[in-house]
Amino acid sequence: MAEKHAITLNANGKDYRISVEARRTLADALRDDCGLTGTHLGCEHGVCGACTVLVDGKPVRSCLMFAVQAEGQAVRTVEGLAKGEVLHPLQKAFWENHGLQCGFCTPGFLMLATGALEAEPDLSEAELRDILSSNLCRCTGYQNIIKSVCAAASEMRACPPSADR
Amino acid sequence: MKPASFVYVRPGSRSEIVAALAEHGADGKVLAGGQSLVAAMNFRLARPGVIIDINRAGDLDYLRPSGDVLAIGALTRHAAFHKPPVEGPLGALLAKVVRHIAHYPIRQRGTFTGSLAHADPASEWCLVAATLGAEMVIANNNGERTCPAAEFFRGTFTTAVGEQDLLAEVRLPMLGAGWRSGFHEFSRRAGDFALAMSLAALKLENGVITAARLGVGGVSDRAIRLSKLEQELVGKPPSKALFQDVAASAQAGIRPTADIHGSSEYRSDLIRAVVGRALTEAAA
Ligand SMILES: Cc1cc2nc3c(=O)[nH]c(=O)nc-3n(C[C@H](O)[C@H](O)[C@H](O)COP(=O)(O)OP(=O)(O)OC[C@H]3O[C@@H](n4cnc5c(N)ncnc54)[C@H](O)[C@@H]3O)c2cc1C
Ligand code: FES
Ligand code: FES
Repeated sequence: MAEKHAITLNANGKDYRISVEARRTLADALRDDCGLTGTHLGCEHGVCGACTVLVDGKPVRSCLMFAVQAEGQAVRTVEGLAKGEVLHPLQKAFWENHGLQCGFCTPGFLMLATGALEAEPDLSEAELRDILSSNLCRCTGYQNIIKSVCAAASEMRACPPSADR
Repeated sequence: MKPASFVYVRPGSRSEIVAALAEHGADGKVLAGGQSLVAAMNFRLARPGVIIDINRAGDLDYLRPSGDVLAIGALTRHAAFHKPPVEGPLGALLAKVVRHIAHYPIRQRGTFTGSLAHADPASEWCLVAATLGAEMVIANNNGERTCPAAEFFRGTFTTAVGEQDLLAEVRLPMLGAGWRSGFHEFSRRAGDFALAMSLAALKLENGVITAARLGVGGVSDRAIRLSKLEQELVGKPPSKALFQDVAASAQAGIRPTADIHGSSEYRSDLIRAVVGRALTEAAA
């Protein structure tokens, strides 16, 4: 039996004390050890983006990182976006613009867009399209995903959500 | 799709990494951005016994302009080039090329140096390093050595970096006044690896090309610098006819590899197109 590492994973502001093998990906640790199953796994090799989460504010593929690497860093997942019953502007925009169909890819798109827009609120539609090209949607709802993110971007510029989301 | 077990070590500095590499020898593998390595481990194409994670070695995270070179430390991520990292033609070139590497989230983790150590034949940074004649700094327990790009790349996924070596730094020549660059890549979808790409840098003085760098990537087991064709450009004013000639010579001189993504013939046609376009953009 391989050695286990006792680590503290900070996800959405909450500490999770977990014991994992070094080979446990961040995605699997979030889902199976922390119970945060909103992060989805599609391809497990960096191509689909379903597993995108924020690590210290940056959108990354959680299937290409080991949980032990995220020790001491702030991880944010889709579960941390809404404030209680109040949806994040991006979640609201996806709802209003039919930005999701089966919803499998949605958490990845939401975290990608959150990270990109928090870093650069003034991204143009062309820049957002380029960034969103990183993730795949098998229901091919791309037009409405772009529409949703652009709508949320204007709302976030007008009224920036507080940083603690 | 889960990696095999390994022992995890996380050195905190360059010297600790080098010591760990010496200690673990053939079992040890450097983990930089993980954007190639972890994917290969998930597929179990790679099964390293010991992972040496360099992500907490803060002393390797730097971009240092000094004199006529830009020194890039082993922890500098692709995203550090989203904005030109230095003023002048080199900074502009790097910011232009980085947009073609994978996607935004992958560029947040993947490193410049990791791309060179990995040496994918379709890597944009490998093309930049080969064409501009970068110098690599390789460190191990016995000290450090430098290696010119012409001797660094040995073939697909093969470089001068040995089992116990850390590619600690890459030095790119700062292109001075008068230099301008063009880059053209052909891939089927945004973010895909190149089927063919070309980088051109031209120094223009009084309407004449006085120095040139030209390279092609994605068509062979490594990036190719076209030194002979560089010489053909020098001393002439930029013109459509000149660029067409040089692009045709580039095509004639390379027999591209074939794979599932494109036949040799197809890539051969692409060479002429991408070289012509990179040169035209550089002169524009
Ligand atoms: C979906 C997807 C698309 C991609 N598209 C492209 C693309 O279009 N163009 C492109 O160039 N790349 C692409 N990549 C690969 C990406 O650029 C990687 O970041 C890069 O190839 C490797 O850098 P890394 O820092 O992630 O290295 P790692 O994955 O951590 O390591 C790769 C290899 O290099 C070795 N290594 C890394 N750093 C060092 C060092 N300092 N010293 C010694 N050995 C070292 C490792 O041991 C390993 O063998 C893509 C990746 C994905 C997942
Ligand atoms: S599951 Fe991570 S990118 Fe597809
Ligand atoms: S909504 Fe079904 S995969 Fe995107």
